[in-house]
Amino acid sequence: MNKQKLVMVGNGMAGCRTLEELLKLTPDLYEITVFGAEPHPNYNRIMLSPVLAGETKFDDIVLNDLAWYRDNGITLHAGKQVVKIDRKGQKVIADDGTEAAYDRLLLATGSLPCILPIPGNDLPGVIAYRDIADTEAMIAAATSYKHAVVIGAGLLGLEAANGLALRGMDVTVVHLADWIMERQLDKTAADLLQKSLEAKGLKFLLGKQTEMLKPGANSRVGTVRFKDGGEIPADLVVMAAGIRPNTELAKSALLHCNRGVVVSDTLQTYDPKIYAVGECAEHRGTAYGLVAPLFEQAKVCANHLAQMGIGRYGGSVTSTKLKVTGIDVFSAGNFMGGKDCDEIILSDPVGGVYKKLVIRGEQLAGAVLYGDTADGAWYFQLLKDGQNISEIRDHLMFGQNHVGDVGHAGQNKAAAMPDEAEVCGCNGVCKGSIVKAIKEHGLFTIDAVRKHTKASSSCGSCTGLVEQILASTVGGAYQPADTKDKPVCGCTDHGHGVVRAAIRDKKLLSIPAVMQELGWKTPNGCASCRPALNYYLISSWPHEAQDDPQSRFINERAHANIQKDGTFSVVPRMWGGLTTPAELRVIADVAEKYEVPTVKMTGGARIDLLGIRKGDLPRVWEDLGKAGLVSGHAYGKSIRTVKTCVGAEHCRFGTQLSMNMGVKLEKMLFGMWAPHKVKLAVSGCPRNCAEAGIKDVGVIGVDSGYEIYVAGNGGIKTEVAEFLCKVRTDDEVQEYSGAFLQLYREEAYYLERTCHYVARVGLDYVKGIIVENAERRAELYERLLYSLQGYADPWANAVATQSKEYQALEVTA
Amino acid sequence: MNWKKLCALDEIPRLGSRVVKSPQGDIAVFRTAADEVFALHDKCPHKGGALSQGMVAGKVVTCPMHSWKIQLESGEAVAPDKGCARSFSVKLEAGTVWIAL
Ligand code: SRM
Ligand SMILES: Cc1cc2nc3c(=O)[nH]c(=O)nc-3n(C[C@H](O)[C@H](O)[C@H](O)COP(=O)(O)OP(=O)(O)OC[C@H]3O[C@@H](n4cnc5c(N)ncnc54)[C@H](O)[C@@H]3O)c2cc1C
Ligand code: SF4
Ligand code: FES
Repeated sequence: MNKQKLVMVGNGMAGCRTLEELLKLTPDLYEITVFGAEPHPNYNRIMLSPVLAGETKFDDIVLNDLAWYRDNGITLHAGKQVVKIDRKGQKVIADDGTEAAYDRLLLATGSLPCILPIPGNDLPGVIAYRDIADTEAMIAAATSYKHAVVIGAGLLGLEAANGLALRGMDVTVVHLADWIMERQLDKTAADLLQKSLEAKGLKFLLGKQTEMLKPGANSRVGTVRFKDGGEIPADLVVMAAGIRPNTELAKSALLHCNRGVVVSDTLQTYDPKIYAVGECAEHRGTAYGLVAPLFEQAKVCANHLAQMGIGRYGGSVTSTKLKVTGIDVFSAGNFMGGKDCDEIILSDPVGGVYKKLVIRGEQLAGAVLYGDTADGAWYFQLLKDGQNISEIRDHLMFGQNHVGDVGHAGQNKAAAMPDEAEVCGCNGVCKGSIVKAIKEHGLFTIDAVRKHTKASSSCGSCTGLVEQILASTVGGAYQPADTKDKPVCGCTDHGHGVVRAAIRDKKLLSIPAVMQELGWKTPNGCASCRPALNYYLISSWPHEAQDDPQSRFINERAHANIQKDGTFSVVPRMWGGLTTPAELRVIADVAEKYEVPTVKMTGGARIDLLGIRKGDLPRVWEDLGKAGLVSGHAYGKSIRTVKTCVGAEHCRFGTQLSMNMGVKLEKMLFGMWAPHKVKLAVSGCPRNCAEAGIKDVGVIGVDSGYEIYVAGNGGIKTEVAEFLCKVRTDDEVQEYSGAFLQLYREEAYYLERTCHYVARVGLDYVKGIIVENAERRAELYERLLYSLQGYADPWANAVATQSKEYQALEVTA
Repeated sequence: MNWKKLCALDEIPRLGSRVVKSPQGDIAVFRTAADEVFALHDKCPHKGGALSQGMVAGKVVTCPMHSWKIQLESGEAVAPDKGCARSFSVKLEAGTVWIAL
C-alpha cells in the first residue's frame, strides 16, 4: 500500500512534538518530509537562555538528533525555507527549488520577533533573540564589545540581558512600561525582581521609548536615542519587544489568518488538508507563546493526523517562570485582580519573598510568586482545575504542605503529591504518568525519565521534583545525575549508595578489598566508615564476607553496652517479653553473685543488669546460659525487641494471639544485623497496648488477620508508623515483615532507621515491592532467612571460645 | 626505665587493644595495622572514657564515649578537641611487648 504523504513546514518544537506524538500512534501511516529554515535538527529553543548564560551547550539542547529523523524514515530538508504552497497541486516549494507533494500539510512556522520600525534597525549589531544564530551572535559580541542594550523587559529580554551580563557586558534594559514583565507580574513583584537583577549588575531605564539607533565609528550600531532626547552607548542592541505569529507563508497561500493562522479545535486551518500548530497558529482568538499549550496542541493534532479523530483542543491556561538562575518568579492566571476579586498577599521585602493570590468567588484566579515558588505548580493546578478553595482558603497562602495532614514530617513533597498533580508544566506531565513510566520501563535516571515522559525536558524548572519522584519510586536503585549521595566520611569521596553497589556488583568480601577497589584515602578508614563497610559486607554477602570485630563499635564487639564508667550492661533476651520463674531465678542469682548494682526493667520489656565489669561478662553469660538465656542484642545495630501485649491468650478484647506472634517474629529475626536498630511490636487488637504505632514494624491484630505498619520510630523524633498492608495468617506476617526488613537491610544506608529509609525512598516504592510484587517479596524473604541461617548466640560463643578480649593483661616481670 | 614484660604481640588484636592493670591505673596498649604498639592511660581527656574500648585507625583511636580522636603516639586529642592522655613507653622485641612503668 502506498503511504500517504505528510509534509511539515517548520522544524521547531511544536512541529516535531506533533510528529513524535503521531509516530507513537501510528508509525507507518505516513511518509514524512520536513522543511526547516534553520540548518539544524530540532532543538530546545527554551534552553537558548542557559546556552547564552553559559550554563549549557548547543549539543546538549538538541531534542531530535539526525539519527532520530533517519530512524523514523523522515526526510529532513534542514536549511531550506518553504516559499510557496501550491494548494491546488498539493505540494510545497522551497527557496532552492526543492518540491514535496503532500496529502496532509502541517504548518509549524513559529513566530517572528517584532523589530521596532525605527531608523537604524537594520544596522549591524542589531539583532533579535529567537534562534541559535542570534544566541551565537550575542555570545560573539560579548567577546569584543562592551555596551549592550536590550529593548523590552519581558521574559526574553531579561533572560538575554542576564546572559549578556554573565558574559561580561555592561547591560542596560530599556522598557516602555512602568515596570518590568508587566504582562506577567504586578508592580510589587516586578520591583523585587528588578532589585535582584540590579544586584546582578543590570541597569534599567523604564518608561522610555526608543526613537532611533545611530551608527558608531565602524558603521555598526553605536548609540540608542530616546524620544525624550537622552542617549546611551550601544555596541549591541537586542530587540526583545515581542513576537508575532509567522503567517507569511500561510497568507501567501490565501489561508485565513488573523494574528495567526486560524485553526479549529482539531488544529485544522480553513483548508482541512492543512493543519497548523505552535506559535504560528491562532486558536479561539489566542496565539500562544509558551511551549505547554503548544504541546497540548501537538497531541490533538497528531490524533487527527492519525485519523483517530477523538481529541479536541479547548485552549490553555498558561503560567510563567523566568529562567534566571538564582531568581524564582512564577505567575499564572489573572494576577492583577480586579473589582470582583480578593487578594491574599504575603510580603517580606527584606527576606525577598512576595506572594499574591487572587481569588474570585470560591476559586483561585491568579497567582504571583516571587522568591519562593515551590508551590507554583500546586496553585497552577488549583487554578486550571477551577477547584473550590473555600475550605482551604485559610491555609492557601502557606502552601500545599499546610493543607490537611499531608505534611507528614520527614516525607518529601514528591511522595505526598497526588497522581494527578502536574509536575512538568511545559509538557503537561502529571505525577502518575511519571511513576507509571518509571515502573513500566524500569527507569533509573533522570535522563531516561525525560526520554520516556518528556517531563523536565523543556525549561527544566521541574527537574528537582522529577528527581524526587524518581527517588521515591525506585528508592535505593535511583541513580542521581549529580550525586546527592554524600560521601560516607572524609576517607572517601564515594557515597553510601556507590559503596553498597560496588560491594554487591564486584563481590567484595573484606574491608581492605573495598578500600582498595574504591581508592580509600586513609589506610584503615575511620570509626565512621569501618562499621558501615562491615555492615554492608555482611549484609550483602552473608556467610561469605569477613566480619571484622575491630570494625564494630565496642558494644557489638563486646556483646554488651558500655556504660559511662567503663562497666557494661547485660540484657538477656526475653522472647516477646515473656519470661519464666527459672529465668528470673537465674537473673536474681547472677545479680547477687556479681554484685550487680542496678537491676532494671527496660523500655523494651525485659530486664537490664547494669554495671557489670568487663572481665565478668563471660561468666555472667555462662550462668545465664544455663537457664537458656541468650543475648538480647540491646547493644547492636540489629534486631532489638519484639514487644507484645497479652492478646487473645488472656485479654477480653484480644483478636489474635499476639504473644505467640511476637515470639515467632523475634525467633525468626534473632541475630539480624541491620543498618540501625530494629524494633517490632505485636498488639492483639487496635487498642494497641504494645505501642505498635511507633515501631520499625508494628503488627496489630484485627478480627480477620493482622494489619502491618512500618517505619515508625519512638526515639529522637517520633514518627508514626505507616500502614503497609493487611494480611490474614501468621505466616504472612512473617513473610511481609521479613521481606520489608530485608529490603531495608539491602538498601538503607548505615545508621538510617526504617523511618529515614522509607522517607528517602517513599512508601509507595516499598509497597510496590512488598505488597504488590509477590515474587520480589518471596525473594527478599528467602534472602533474609538465608542470612540468618545458623546464627549462634554470641554470648555462648564467647563463653565457648574463652575469648581473651574480656580480660585485662597482667604485668609479669 | 623500668621495662616490664607485657605479652606476646599476638595477644593484642590488630587495630585493637588490651587493658593493663597497673599501679598507675588502667593502661590501654594498642596495636596498629603495621604492628606498631602504643600505650596510653585508659582515660579519655574528655570525660574519662575507656580508650581501650575505642576503634583504632592509622595511629589514632576514637573514644567510644563521645568520639574524640586521640593520637596514639602523643596522647594528644586531634583538633579541634583539646586534651592529652598520658602516654607510656612500649617496645616490641622478638614478638614480645614491653612496657616502661
Ligand atoms: C536500656 C534502655 C533504657 C531503659 O532502661 O529502659 C535504653 C538504653 C539506651 N538507649 Fe535506648 N534504651 C532503651 C529503650 C529505648 C526505647 C524504647 C523501646 O525500645 O521500646 C527507645 C525509643 C524507641 C525507638 O528506638 O524507636 C530508645 C531510643 C534510643 C535512641 C534513639 C533512637 C532513634 O532512632 O531516634 C538511642 C540513640 C541511638 O540509638 O542512636 C538510644 C540509645 C540508647 C543507649 C544504647 C545509649 C548508648 O548508645 O549508650 C542506652 C544505653 C544505656 C546503657 O548505659 O546501657 N535509645 N531506647 C532501653 C533498652 C531496651 C531494650 O530492652 O533493648
Ligand atoms: C530565548 C527563548 C526562551 C524561551 N523560554 C521559554 C520558556 O521558558 N518557557 C516556554 O514555555 N517557552 C519559552 N520560549 C518560547 C518557546 O521556545 C516557543 O513557544 C516554541 O519554541 C514555539 O514552538 P514552535 O514550533 O511554534 O516554533 P519554533 O520552535 O520557533 O519553530 C519554528 C521553526 O520553523 C522554521 N520556519 C519558519 N518558517 C519556515 C518556512 N517557511 N520554511 C521552513 N522553516 C520555517 C523556523 O526557522 C523555526 O525553526 C522561549 C523562546 C525563546 C526564543
Ligand atoms: S534516654 Fe538517654 S539517658 Fe536514658 S537510657 Fe536512653 S540514651 Fe541513656
Ligand atoms: S569521654 Fe572520650 S570522647 Fe567523651
